[in-house]
Amino acid sequence: MVVVPPALRALTGAERVTLAARDVRGLLRALEARYPGFGATLGPRFAVAIDGDIRNDADYDPLAEETEVTFLPPLAGG
Amino acid sequence: MSSNGTNSADHKYRWVGTRPIRHDGVDKVTGKANFGADLAFPDMLWGKLLRSPHAHANIKRIDFTKALKLDGVKSIVTSADLPELASAEVEGGEGGGNFRDLSHNVLARGKVLYHGHAVAAVAATSQEIADQALALIEVDYEPLPVVLSIDEAIAPGAPILHPDLTTKGLKGSGRTNVAARVTFGKGDAAKGFAQADVVVERTYKTQTVHQGYIEPHAVVARTNADGQSIVWCCTQGAFTVRSLCAAVLGLEHSQLRVIPSEIGGGFGGKTTVYTEPLAVLLSRKTGRPVKMVMSREDVFRATGPAGAAIVEVKLGAKRNGKLVAASSRLWYEAGAFPGSPVGAGAMTVFAAYDIADVAIEGFDVVCNKPKTAAYRAPGAPQAAFATEQALDELAEKLKLDPIDLRLMNAAKEGTQAPYGAKFNRVGFIETLEAAKKHPHYKAPLGPNQGRGVAAGFWFNVGMMSSADVHLTEDGGATVITGNPDIGGSRASMAICVAEELGIDVTRVRPIVGDTETAGYCDLTGGSRVTFATGLACIEASRDIVRQLRERAAKTWGCDVAQVDFVDGRCLPTKASGLDHLPLTVAEIAQHMAKTGGPLNGQAQVNPRGAGPGFSTHLCDVEIDPETGRVDVIRYTAIQDAGRAVHPSYVEGQMQGGASQGIGWALHEEYVFSKSGVLENAGFLDYRMPVASDLPMIDTVVIEVPNPGHPYGVRGVGETPIVAPLAAVANAVKHASGVRMTELPISPPRMLAALMAR
Repeated sequence: MVVVPPALRALTGAERVTLAARDVRGLLRALEARYPGFGATLGPRFAVAIDGDIRNDADYDPLAEETEVTFLPPLAGG
Repeated sequence: MSSNGTNSADHKYRWVGTRPIRHDGVDKVTGKANFGADLAFPDMLWGKLLRSPHAHANIKRIDFTKALKLDGVKSIVTSADLPELASAEVEGGEGGGNFRDLSHNVLARGKVLYHGHAVAAVAATSQEIADQALALIEVDYEPLPVVLSIDEAIAPGAPILHPDLTTKGLKGSGRTNVAARVTFGKGDAAKGFAQADVVVERTYKTQTVHQGYIEPHAVVARTNADGQSIVWCCTQGAFTVRSLCAAVLGLEHSQLRVIPSEIGGGFGGKTTVYTEPLAVLLSRKTGRPVKMVMSREDVFRATGPAGAAIVEVKLGAKRNGKLVAASSRLWYEAGAFPGSPVGAGAMTVFAAYDIADVAIEGFDVVCNKPKTAAYRAPGAPQAAFATEQALDELAEKLKLDPIDLRLMNAAKEGTQAPYGAKFNRVGFIETLEAAKKHPHYKAPLGPNQGRGVAAGFWFNVGMMSSADVHLTEDGGATVITGNPDIGGSRASMAICVAEELGIDVTRVRPIVGDTETAGYCDLTGGSRVTFATGLACIEASRDIVRQLRERAAKTWGCDVAQVDFVDGRCLPTKASGLDHLPLTVAEIAQHMAKTGGPLNGQAQVNPRGAGPGFSTHLCDVEIDPETGRVDVIRYTAIQDAGRAVHPSYVEGQMQGGASQGIGWALHEEYVFSKSGVLENAGFLDYRMPVASDLPMIDTVVIEVPNPGHPYGVRGVGETPIVAPLAAVANAVKHASGVRMTELPISPPRMLAALMAR
């Protein structure tokens, strides 16, 4: 399940959507296919929270059926 | 230990949780450690920068003909000597960004955007000649109106800093100083507020402040005959410097080697580059080493502070204190180029609380001040200053204890943060409960004294790290990582290796490598080193343990599955029925030539599971009603560290963060003239707290193990600066009856507020 950031809810029409994907890259493809413009609106720099764990580089992270994913700005620190 | 290498919560450690003397301690206290400015070469040139006298101006002409003729001047460069880069967002967390903006910040191209913006760089045989050369450079400026605040930047008809800037995340913005709009939220905030019995709504302002690291930026660059440049500098990340210098100069990474010096503080401010690419460029042009050292004034005028912010917060609650709705709008100054931490501010503003309906909107605003840089939990302190004061006000209205109000609404495992992610096991409630039980919370207060409570949250990150562990022939170990040691990480890395190998921690030598001697490490920041690089050290050590078991099996002529490794010794498993005397690490190391050769372990990680950090701070202040001076008279910082690998350094982080936050709350601010000149560019006029300004910062380390780390470690470096701003302001409220919504709470501002009561 994807928890959709507010900026992308105009595309998805919902705060939560469910798609099947084996990894984050596949999920992005699926989101783009179902909601054209999703990738462009998200932009090239983003982090991904997978079941609460936030990572800046998660393209190949595997996703299970019940996994919850959301997209965030890339995180930095000081 | 579980099958995935994670120790159980009640695991007994030999070294984790102990307090060995740091391995670099003697060199540092005897003055032998080499910091950024300590390196020199016999034929070295000095690099100096010509800085803009205007905060906003077009550059019409730069003529350095006269300066170049001065005896001893070897090279002068301007932005014309740097490749013009396309404006493009580059992927990556710490190392990403917009390289065109970075290049234009290193040397202004066509336009200066803040007072002190570098315009040209000189390399000369002495500092004096370099200064003389700077005076001979002629620059024709066309001054432009300046924009020095968020209000000025977003006003209709405001002077525009970047003609091509539009608002990312907002269609049809037109020419603007608002670089981006971000939104977060869940549910329906309007519906939530309709159900609220009590609503608190206020606007809060914080000022531009500097990290205040003691060591100014310093670099030496030398270019060899083969075209490879070696860069020695004080930085939080050698690999980051390599990447950013390569981008700005159009070089390949293999043409640069970056060697980090010891570092006298960074706090996020040394995560980018300023003079480093110019030292490289000048050394490549002259063929000689070039040294550039910033003055304190340079540091204030031209390195990245934390930007000023305006944060509106609205909270809605039921009469019993349950929060039902929250909304916030945040404006953060980015300085001269886009990229404030408003995204993190917006993500953290309500992250500590479980609220069903939330709406958050943030704006990244450019203005004619230095480009901001990271500062410890970037963006979070400004946001918490707002939310934690609003909660305090809500507690007053509802006649609830402020800790009880927070306990009722605290985020816990399973809570969905407003940015969409659910928390795993976190220790916020434990910090609140510890605060409530702490003697500080019930201690009596005197006249003009008040007590404040505030909480802090920071995500913490993992990111990429590598570690190499080499066993010595006598059973000691060397561990090499690529993270500059800012907060005692050498000791933490050594503890991790000693714990895994079962050897004495004093027999582990931790080394900070460079871009050619260490595997890739993201920078020292994001509260990540003990978590991620420590994890790499653990895994590299476990690689050695695997090899030690193989060597013991070879020695005993048995299968490796018949060998256990316990407390630094290989011994036969009970099931094996073998009867060999245990082999220690030292015994196996002494004979490693006969059993297969050197024993080296290596690991690289990009780990998930950096557990978030939560804290609760208690602050007592006393206010002098005649002068408005606020003194912090008692302070207690309570934080969940997951597992404190070296408790002294965890406590040090908590004390340091609290001290910096108190300075942010009471003293610190950039003061600009109307024309944009920073008027307090030195520690005499920019008032940071010193030891005599502060009480002993008491600490309580809570350990709620992070399930994402074998020992349960959470990052600890950034969370402690989040709560103090509001903790101080809440204490001031209870001491004086005045709610201070703007920082700093300096004597003039406090006195004015007292007079207006």
